[in-house]
Amino acid sequence: MDSEALERRFQARIDADERIEPKDWMPDSYRRTLIRQMAQHAHSEIVGMLPEGNWITRAPTLKRKAILMAKVQDEGGHGAYLYGATETLGVTRDALIEELLAGAAKYSSIFNYPTPTWADIGAIGWLVDGAAIMNQIPLCRCSFGPYARAMVRICKEESFHQRQGYDIMLQLSRGTDAQRRMAQEALDRWWWPSLMMFGPPDADSKHSAQSMRWKIKRFSNDELRERFIEFTVPQAQYLGLTVPQGEIDWSEFRDVLDGHGPCNRERLAARRRAHEQGLWVRDAATAYASRQAARKMQAAS
Amino acid sequence: MSTSRDWPLFEVFIRARGGLDHKHVGSVHAVDARMAMEHARDLYTRRQEGVSIWVVRSSEIIASDPSDADAFFEPARDKVYRHPTFYDIPDEVKTL
Ligand SMILES: [Fe+2]
Ligand SMILES: [Fe+2]
Repeated sequence: MDSEALERRFQARIDADERIEPKDWMPDSYRRTLIRQMAQHAHSEIVGMLPEGNWITRAPTLKRKAILMAKVQDEGGHGAYLYGATETLGVTRDALIEELLAGAAKYSSIFNYPTPTWADIGAIGWLVDGAAIMNQIPLCRCSFGPYARAMVRICKEESFHQRQGYDIMLQLSRGTDAQRRMAQEALDRWWWPSLMMFGPPDADSKHSAQSMRWKIKRFSNDELRERFIEFTVPQAQYLGLTVPQGEIDWSEFRDVLDGHGPCNRERLAARRRAHEQGLWVRDAATAYASRQAARKMQAAS
Repeated sequence: MSTSRDWPLFEVFIRARGGLDHKHVGSVHAVDARMAMEHARDLYTRRQEGVSIWVVRSSEIIASDPSDADAFFEPARDKVYRHPTFYDIPDEVKTL
């Protein structure tokens, strides 16, 4: 079959809501789009562990510490699911991680903001994970099977993330004046970056139309952003907090994406450090495994 | 450079509860089967999602070829008589 016929048949399968699996024929551009999007998504989960990891040792109670650790572990797990799903497209996890560490890959701009207070941990769970859920639920029906299945697993875990965040905000909002102020300031800090998580306005979103045709994307950036606002504003009201008024500053979004956010350098440096400091563990595991294998061979001969 | 590159990939199958089949859930990288098992536990059963795990090296799985699927599964296509709905049984006949 010539490539045009293959492409027609591929699109017909998508139109019929069939799922595409790794070994199926797919256009190169579909494969490249998915690798880019899924790798960015995986990187975001891993880099996303850093702003919250910052508070694990300083969580106000043992209960909060255990919860935060479980949450951050989940994010590491999400990264692993997504790297695994991306590998089915013929790339290696090692290569993807190398790209991230080299600063050549993108990840969600939200994780380049700092977490100066405990209330930021509440705001992240509530708003950042909340926005992530809004983005991710439609991805559970994405046309590429392994991505969709990874998203189902992830979405099941995200609800806990959002609730534990809201729970932190709830407790602060019922606390002292200083605690209420802390909660309000965290909302002020995270509101706009959270809205930016849905991506540029539809008019400027360059990959959207093709991704919609391929059913990688099911709703437009602005649609999802509007829905998020609609859900979140009453939740803020319940907390007695005020949602910031105004417009999204898209120049800030582009700056952060281009590497000029408050923590871009720090995040990459932390990832590189973790990778380097884990090297001896990985080496030791490899050495142990090859020695065990050699011993087994010897015993068998 | 790290020697950890190219740790083999293992596919992970989990039995959610006694009485159910093992079901494919994803994959993990590991140096050997034991590490694959521990990673699979840490990654896929953080919330008691399983009572039993299988791991198998991905390279050991033999898969049918999707581009050949039409021809490969063709023999079953014209055998509708293998389904109970193929047979018209009169309404008067019960429990059949
Ligand atoms: Fe996540
Ligand atoms: Fe999360």
